[in-house]
Amino acid sequence: MDIYAQNILDHYKNPRNRGVLKNAETCFKSTNASCGDEITVYLKLDDDRIEKISFDGHGCVIALAAASILSETLIDKEITDILKMDLSDVQAQLGIEISNRRSKCALIALRSIQGALKELD
Amino acid sequence: MKDYRLDFPLLSRKYRNNNLIYFDNAATSPKLQLVIDSVTDFYKQHNANIHRGPNFLTQEATDLYEEARKIVANFINANTEEIIFTSSATASLNLISRSWGESNLKMGDIVVLSRAEHHANIVPWLLLKDKIGIEIQYIDLNDDGSLSRDSMYTILAQPRVKLLSLTQTSNVLGIYYDLKEVIKMANDKGVVTIVDAAQSIAHHELNVKELGADFLVFSGHKLFAPSGVGVLYGRQKMLGQIPAFFGGGSMISSVSEQSYQVAEIPYKFEAGTPNIEGVIALGVACRYLQQLGWETINKREKGLVDYFLKKIIDYPELQLLGANSNRAPLFSFNTFKLHPHDLADLLGEEGIIVRAGHHCAEPLHRYLKVKASLRLSLAFYNTNEEIDKFFDKFRQLEEKLSC
Repeated sequence: MDIYAQNILDHYKNPRNRGVLKNAETCFKSTNASCGDEITVYLKLDDDRIEKISFDGHGCVIALAAASILSETLIDKEITDILKMDLSDVQAQLGIEISNRRSKCALIALRSIQGALKELD
Repeated sequence: MKDYRLDFPLLSRKYRNNNLIYFDNAATSPKLQLVIDSVTDFYKQHNANIHRGPNFLTQEATDLYEEARKIVANFINANTEEIIFTSSATASLNLISRSWGESNLKMGDIVVLSRAEHHANIVPWLLLKDKIGIEIQYIDLNDDGSLSRDSMYTILAQPRVKLLSLTQTSNVLGIYYDLKEVIKMANDKGVVTIVDAAQSIAHHELNVKELGADFLVFSGHKLFAPSGVGVLYGRQKMLGQIPAFFGGGSMISSVSEQSYQVAEIPYKFEAGTPNIEGVIALGVACRYLQQLGWETINKREKGLVDYFLKKIIDYPELQLLGANSNRAPLFSFNTFKLHPHDLADLLGEEGIIVRAGHHCAEPLHRYLKVKASLRLSLAFYNTNEEIDKFFDKFRQLEEKLSC
């Protein structure tokens, strides 16, 4: 696992789409109780696809970088596909190996996004 | 100065070409070579169940086990029959809450804890709260982490207080609490007292007779011995009065189809085959520490604490939780912008083992308004050079991660 990877540190230091999204259609907060991390995600949708994602909260390098990266890569993706995503998909997006001890960090943003989508049902 | 790290085989391990620096003693300590040898020796030479059967192997195993009970009793100045072997400090606390608690507490009774407790000394009482409706109250802490006397007096003045259960050293603040006075106050009022010595046992000489608590608990694995073995000390009279908890072999003097008679203490609380090799190894660890001597341990640890506190002055970005006085060699910090999990993970990659999170003390972190902390917990074998290495590595990581 290399959390110093250029891509990861870049998203951590210069997060994309951070903040509250005005006119969000749905939002959801996930927490990791063991470290106190919290990521809230705001979504705007275009039919069955995601149009815009923003996130807020606090977390470690992995959690924040994953939130930032997903906020870009999931745009225009189908909701049904996003609901099926899991650790291996996030790992592919991050481009680094995630050890078991950090899997919760990598997943917190995805869980928020999926939680926000489920709120719509 | 003697290098005590050589007594612990784990500490000669290398990780990615780095020597291992073990700063996680509060989670679990490394094991002594002597401890490892005693476990191996038990399997190779004795390997028998205890108190069962008339053969020489059983006799040897039983003798070693009971000898360990004497060593542990001597280590904390208890009587031999006041030492009950359990699986951990947590198991000991649960045993008290179920045996003493369920037979002595009723709805509305107050159990008093402090804000500095580990989950192991909170959740067993929350379980009883659900079960019988007891009330739990917490003694506040002063800004320096010490127990607030005002809060203590106010809470203990209530007539419904039945139990006081306190940690002797916080696993987050590192502060050693001198509990003698509050225990005396509680005893005088007929309040039963428990001391959680899980974090103090490896750093402070313990004399249960002077301390005066009714019960005291600790674990073997934080004392350089194996995990899966713990101690419950109980005053003789108290152990005699409370009911057995686990039923099974060893804890009975006779059994019929419809009734049983319990054995004498301490056997009354040791149902089933215990962790025999773990108990024997715990005795070995206690004897090692006695031979090393508290004077040496305290002197070395005070040296480490003083050196650490001097170094940290140059790192205002690390906010140490708890005051400097009466500190075990345990340091937790609020790391502000840098996330403790990132730091612990990256320090680990450099061979420096530290812990991040709330260390099973979630209510305390909430009380201190800190989301999570980075914890370094040292022991007598650690060195100033290792502390230097930590601070150097920390600075490097800080530079890489700062935005």
